[in-house]
Amino acid sequence: MIVTRDLTKTYGRVTAVHGVALEVREGDRYGLLGPNGSGKTTLIRMLLGLVYATRGEIEVFGLPMPKRVKEVLPQVGALVEGPGAYPHLSGRTNLALLDAAGPGGARRDRRRRIGEALERVGLAGIDGRPVRAYSLGMRQRLGLAAALLRRPRLLVLDEPTNGLDPRGIREVRDLLTELNEGGTTVLLSSHLLAEIEAFCTRVGVMDRGRMVLQDDLATLRGPTGRVLLDTPDGDRACALLDGRVEHREGQRLTVRHDAPHDLNTTLVTAGIRVAGLVPEQRSLEQVVMAATTTSSDRVEGSTA
Amino acid sequence: MIRVELAKLFRRPRTYVMAALLCALPFTVAVFLATTRIPPPPGQGGAFLSAVLGNGALYPAAAMALVLPVLLPVSVAVLAGDAVAGEAAAGTLRYLLIRPVGRTRLLVAKLVSLIVFVLFAIGTVLVTSYLTGTALFDAEPEGSVTLPADVTSLSGVAITPAGLAMRLLGTVLYLTVSMLGVAALALFLSTVTDSALGAAMGSLAVLVASQVLVTLDAAASVRPYLPTRYWLAWIDFYRDPILWRDIERGAALQLVYLVVLLGAAWANFMTRDVRS
Repeated sequence: MIVTRDLTKTYGRVTAVHGVALEVREGDRYGLLGPNGSGKTTLIRMLLGLVYATRGEIEVFGLPMPKRVKEVLPQVGALVEGPGAYPHLSGRTNLALLDAAGPGGARRDRRRRIGEALERVGLAGIDGRPVRAYSLGMRQRLGLAAALLRRPRLLVLDEPTNGLDPRGIREVRDLLTELNEGGTTVLLSSHLLAEIEAFCTRVGVMDRGRMVLQDDLATLRGPTGRVLLDTPDGDRACALLDGRVEHREGQRLTVRHDAPHDLNTTLVTAGIRVAGLVPEQRSLEQVVMAATTTSSDRVEGSTA
Repeated sequence: MIRVELAKLFRRPRTYVMAALLCALPFTVAVFLATTRIPPPPGQGGAFLSAVLGNGALYPAAAMALVLPVLLPVSVAVLAGDAVAGEAAAGTLRYLLIRPVGRTRLLVAKLVSLIVFVLFAIGTVLVTSYLTGTALFDAEPEGSVTLPADVTSLSGVAITPAGLAMRLLGTVLYLTVSMLGVAALALFLSTVTDSALGAAMGSLAVLVASQVLVTLDAAASVRPYLPTRYWLAWIDFYRDPILWRDIERGAALQLVYLVVLLGAAWANFMTRDVRS
């Protein structure tokens, strides 16, 4: 769906994106992670033809970008760095103007499509108030409605849940899940790990302009070869497992073991009571922390 | 896209505020003139101002002379400066481009909506000033219009009201063409910066500099190429016969500015990274 090769963008002496090979497959829920300033937004802008690459290639739907913008973008819905709307006009008028501005928005069913898009994002009841009077969350929903207006094959969303409350975040996630199940590929960028972890199946991690990691979430979060064991019989368990216990804290033991089911049998056979037994998985946070260096909005003093 | 731009233009309150401000200036002047009946001394004050005391039908021409030097170019520069930079600042530029609207189409639509604005603004000024002129000043009895002596070289030549209407139409067209240069300049700057104010300010700086240089004898060598050099040539429509030389030169000069600056705006906008 999206393939980039050696994609690079330099602004003067600053390299914002460096040799990125992004691969988003059809039907993916792709999460683009990275600290602020890691080049996520620049990458997304290049995918959409807003920023021109210094070097490298982009293919979207198998077509080269930005050469074939006119064929690619009508099938893409996007939200880039916050929604944009004319503040003195109502939400509906904003959507109507945007729809009329480009190709492929038939006039006949414009009202219907706008109504549908607003309903999807939970704004079906908006009145004629100007966007100026909207809350941040409403604007965000309006931006999302604009992205959904023409039922895109690919959704590119940069920080789509900014300004939404927890319930709103949940609603957006449910909406995206529904769209994805209907065949829409979603590329989601965020610096919120929880958001990506809850929604995405595939993750790319950017750090200082480079793609440092790109894999399926399940693989990244694969078992660590350790088991977390909760038991009131800690001492007996330690004695039984002899040296395999790496860490003990209260009733929780961290045991080095590849097969949790066998471990459970061993414990129960020995008469050790088991309150909980879970194979340890790396959290996405651990994965990302291991892959990235420092937050780039941090400015360190030079050590003279 | 052009329809969308026009919808945006006419749905925006500031369009009407600007037009109202343009109309207010000639109206204020008319009220003072009508109450005091003190005409400006010959050679001073706005063109036609002493003539309108005798014939209110000439007031639209006087109104043009009042709004042209400052108010009209300022409003055009403000609007054109906001054209692209304002969209960038509001965050709507990126969504238009993603929609996708071609960058060339966007620029053309912006220019067309600016031209429509100029025509709309001048039109409202013409109508309101005609109404104030005929209401506040005397009309000439025999239904013909005597061209004022302070403008025409031949004093007292009479033309028909239809002739006056034709000359006013010519004036409107010429002013629109004159404003094209301003619009193209501000549009170009608007693609360079994301600050609408900066773009408007930059183009006004150029216009003011040009108007200063036009009056400076030391700058006589560049005078024919200054964008404001032929702005007042529309007065030649009110000579008998009409003196076409400066009108033609002025229109040609504006078209050259339009082509060059619009080309620069296009080249810049096409190759620019949109990071707003």
